[in-house]
Amino acid sequence: MAKEIYANIPEGDLKDKWSNYKAQAKLVSPNNRKKMEIIVVGTGLAGASAAASLAEMGYQIKAFCFQDSARRAHSVAAQGGVNAMKNYQNDGDSVYRMFYDTLKGGDFRSREANTYRLAECSASLIDQAVAQGVPFGREYSGYLKNRSFGGVQVSRTFYARGQTGQQLLLGSYQALMRQKENGKVSMYTRHEMLELVVVDGKAKGIIARNLDTGKIERHGAHAVVLATGGFGKIYYLSTLAMGCNASAIWRAHKKGSWMANPSWTQIHPTSLPQSGPYQSKLTLMSESLRNDGRIWVPKAQDDQRPPHEIPEEERDYYLERKYPSFGNLAPRDIASRAAKEQIDAGKGVGALKNAVYLDFKDAIKECGKETIAERYGNLFSMYEKITGINAYKEPMKISPSAHFSMGGLWVDYDLMTNIPGLFAIGEANFSDHGANRLGANSLLQACVDGYYIAPYTLQNYLSDQIQVAKTDVSTEEFYQAEKQALQQLEEFVSCKGNKTSEEFHRELGKILYDKCGLSRSDEGLQEAIKKIQQLREEFKENLLVPGDVEDINSELEKAGRVSDYMELAELMCLDALTREESCGAHFRKEFQTEDGEALRNDEKFSFTSAWEWSGNPQNPILNKEPLTFEFVQPTQRSYK
Amino acid sequence: MKIHLKIWRQKNQHTKGEMQDYTLTEVDEEMSFLEMLDMLNLELAKKGECPVEFDHDCREGICGQCGVMINGIAHGPLKNTTTCQLHMRSFKDGDTIYIEPFKVKSFPVIRDLKVDRSGLDEIIAAGGYVSVNTGQAPEANSILVSHEEAESAFDAAACIGCGACVATCKNASAALFTGAKIAQFARLPQGKKESAERTLSMVERMEELSFGHCTNTEACQVECPQDISVLTIAEMIYEYNKAKLKK
Amino acid sequence: MALTGLFLSLFLVIHLLGNFQLLLPEEQAKEQYNLYSNLLSNNPIIKLIAYVLYATILLHTIDAINLTIKAKKANGLSYVKDNRNRASKWYARQMMLLGTVVFAFLVIHFKDFWYPYKFGELPMDDNGNKDLYTLVMISFQELWYVILYAVAILGLGFHLLHGFFSAFRSLGVYHPKYNRIIKSVGVAFAVSMSIGYLIIPFYIYFNF
Ligand SMILES: Cc1cc2nc3c(=O)[nH]c(=O)nc-3n(C[C@H](O)[C@H](O)[C@H](O)COP(=O)(O)OP(=O)(O)OC[C@H]3O[C@@H](n4cnc5c(N)ncnc54)[C@H](O)[C@@H]3O)c2cc1C
Ligand code: HEM
Ligand code: FES
Repeated sequence: MAKEIYANIPEGDLKDKWSNYKAQAKLVSPNNRKKMEIIVVGTGLAGASAAASLAEMGYQIKAFCFQDSARRAHSVAAQGGVNAMKNYQNDGDSVYRMFYDTLKGGDFRSREANTYRLAECSASLIDQAVAQGVPFGREYSGYLKNRSFGGVQVSRTFYARGQTGQQLLLGSYQALMRQKENGKVSMYTRHEMLELVVVDGKAKGIIARNLDTGKIERHGAHAVVLATGGFGKIYYLSTLAMGCNASAIWRAHKKGSWMANPSWTQIHPTSLPQSGPYQSKLTLMSESLRNDGRIWVPKAQDDQRPPHEIPEEERDYYLERKYPSFGNLAPRDIASRAAKEQIDAGKGVGALKNAVYLDFKDAIKECGKETIAERYGNLFSMYEKITGINAYKEPMKISPSAHFSMGGLWVDYDLMTNIPGLFAIGEANFSDHGANRLGANSLLQACVDGYYIAPYTLQNYLSDQIQVAKTDVSTEEFYQAEKQALQQLEEFVSCKGNKTSEEFHRELGKILYDKCGLSRSDEGLQEAIKKIQQLREEFKENLLVPGDVEDINSELEKAGRVSDYMELAELMCLDALTREESCGAHFRKEFQTEDGEALRNDEKFSFTSAWEWSGNPQNPILNKEPLTFEFVQPTQRSYK
Repeated sequence: MKIHLKIWRQKNQHTKGEMQDYTLTEVDEEMSFLEMLDMLNLELAKKGECPVEFDHDCREGICGQCGVMINGIAHGPLKNTTTCQLHMRSFKDGDTIYIEPFKVKSFPVIRDLKVDRSGLDEIIAAGGYVSVNTGQAPEANSILVSHEEAESAFDAAACIGCGACVATCKNASAALFTGAKIAQFARLPQGKKESAERTLSMVERMEELSFGHCTNTEACQVECPQDISVLTIAEMIYEYNKAKLKK
Repeated sequence: MALTGLFLSLFLVIHLLGNFQLLLPEEQAKEQYNLYSNLLSNNPIIKLIAYVLYATILLHTIDAINLTIKAKKANGLSYVKDNRNRASKWYARQMMLLGTVVFAFLVIHFKDFWYPYKFGELPMDDNGNKDLYTLVMISFQELWYVILYAVAILGLGFHLLHGFFSAFRSLGVYHPKYNRIIKSVGVAFAVSMSIGYLIIPFYIYFNF
């Protein structure tokens, strides 16, 4: 039943593909654009930039987000920076190098053409952001500054202190607000997409719930763009925001659109550990701390002594020991996995024994407290705000935490899913990062998708829809979709069990983190699948949602999200189970080298898994998009 | 620890609200304030009661979605800290905590502790941007911005739009919010060209939306999670006067 | 608001300088002060300025009432527990109250000195000038009057403590360096005006 997959990659040499595409893409005349509507779900960097750019072109946009303002999308939380190929540092950077770094960082599990385009369009993003007034870091001369980021040998990361995501997002949010003022964008904040509406095989609208009233609404358009971000929140404890969800893409998936590589999740090594069972989220501490901090655990298991009482020879600086050349700066997946190994071996520190130390003692001794304060002052004070601990005196405690979804809706080169008229951009799609994302590449991807790619590819799609009238939302398809959404909500409320969706979510998250997180095994995944199925059954029977459907009801919102997670979790496990190799963030215990490194299997697994909904979450259909490498030769990653 | 709560419950904009009492007996001091509310909501849900609705998302102090009055102070006792970054270690066993929504005319209550802050978006829509379309931008380094300019623009741009400044102001003024955006662009070369139009239209929009008038009590900066300087307000007025004179 | 406030502040300085003549030895003070008062009330330019001054007070007051109404309108329901004031100075929040104290005082002040001088029957001094001096001297013999005066001046002092720097902010002075200077000058101004105006009644009360 598996299908052949066409990614619609343009002809030509790698570096000509995007120009060829643009040269041949079809256009819509300005007076026709006025008559066409586009729904953009999500106002993060991807959604806001796409919506604003398309509105500037003249399309009528309806923009949705579940927060109370577009400016609050979780892109706002990104700290570190955004990569772009400007080669301002004259350190040998080039589009090709950036492309290669990204492809290699992703362990050769992404499309060459997409990844190349990401690098190719990166420079314009910086131009755009600067023109919008994003206050990037500057040299005293007034020129833009760069910093280096993990996994590469050049400095190509642009940043605005520790709030790069916020500043970039404000840039695109403001562009969006400008178009709202011009009457080109209608904003639907505090709206959650519940269903995708497909008419004659084409995406034509959505069903959304107004979270302020509980009313279900129908919205029609000529095309639908999903920019709903990542779903790392499925692990419950993650660096994502409370409202981050998979619902929009999952409902689209259930309407026929494929999910690609759903199990590939980046686990970030330096987040704050869970401090108690009530914990709702984990805060990310910038990775830059690893430049000066040394990571260690006590050599003995269950060591109860406070850190300063543990003598040097009884400490294990395990990253320095195992990866002498990269040491504490080993890539994210490696650092996270190594930490998890120590914690699992009973050497974790902190009340819950779930963390490792990140120690600045030596750095402070070496360069002085002032220098360290200058470099990381704001991070140290943030750490103190959250934990109440002064990290100048005591090592920080950090632990790995779910952070980024490399997987997402399958899209072709146009960023269009297999449902015509349904596009997915930003973290919601699977496209550019392969099996592991390089730091500072995802802000870039969200922006490039929104500012530079969607405007071309949507127009290309819309060019033969000019004759099509505005979508009529009173048709049977809309009626059915609305009914389906409503029915589900009513089921939640009428279940009247005695466990809240949050409790279910915690349990689910724990299963996933243990079995489908940093390292996975056949056995563990099988077990997880069973547990998830049981939990899903229990969810159906024992869910507790107080309140009404047609009313403000945050518990009901959560129930919908968790219900989708229950199904997606199983797919993630299946995805991990069927990929019998280790690559990037996907580490299968059975497939490792003698010294415990990921062992990729290019012969059998050089493909993207594009899962198709079969109607039953237990047996989805696996479609494979082969990854062919015409221009580069995949190599084995090594950070020894 | 044991915590007594007095929480504002209000069905919607048109009904009257009132304080209700709750007690939590097993609050951990490592909990964040919002996790304490989660705990309450879990208890309420188990009893079949409707949970207390409150706004939040990132829970790390950057999205600006959270924000309530805690013991009569916007975002609670710590200065320059969002509600989500407040932890229960700031309270003592046996404390009574009053929790109310931001109560200002321009932020109507939606339910319980949730308010409608869309007025802030409206102010931005009136001109809080550089009018540059995608594709129009020149090479980034062709616009030189000195280190000081960039840093001081950043100081103003760091606003998270939580509305605490409005809530804490005795005049319910949005001057800090508006001033911060105007100052950001006044401090950058990119924003200069349309500075007059921007300032006039943002300030006028702020007034139309029935935010109050600033009288420089400077309370806003104290409660602002990003410690945005009140001088941005003066800068806004300077820009405003300049624009008026030009006209 | 800022312009009227600053204009009034300027007036305060001049008025105070004039009044310092009251501190001179009795004979000299009487002569000079009455002459000075006469000059003021008959000089057309001063007259014009006086009208501007009245208008300013009026404008300032109207503006103040306006601001207060605006604030009332912009505020929603009141808080059950309100600790917002921890973030600002009481006198910064109570400008209307302080202003009202000043206004009430102004009314009394006008009634007691300005009205009798302009329209009342005052005895003449030796130089044929209306003897305002003696009126002032007599008035300040009363303790309650001195206290009333002192309260009003303190009110004015606090009004200025906030008002002075606030006026510059309201005019758009945003440079951090100038703001530091203005803040200090403002404190000095408020304190010196208060002391200045307080010295006179107490001096008179204790010395005569
Ligand atoms: C803590 C943290 C730090 C990071 N740091 C970096 C960094 O330094 N550099 C880097 O490059 N990347 C970083 N990332 C990753 C990067 O921030 C994200 O990948 C990127 O911002 C995603 O943007 P987006 O537009 O796709 O989604 P988001 O910004 O998450 O936006 C999602 C939007 O979709 C809306 N939405 C979601 N579901 C629904 C629904 N059902 N109905 C209606 N609307 C919906 C939301 O309201 C929101 O507007 C970081 C991520 C995190 C979590
Ligand atoms: C000699 C008399 C007075 C002087 C010197 C004076 C001075 C000032 C100054 C300098 C300001 C600051 C203006 C600004 O911030 O823009 C101010 C503000 C104010 N004044 Fe007066 N004032 C006087 C009388 C009054 C009176 C009579 C009233 C009211 C009845 C009043 C009410 C106010 C109010 C409410 C403000 C608040 C506005 C703010 O804080 O900015 N004042 N005054
Ligand atoms: S929840 Fe985002 S700032 Fe508090």
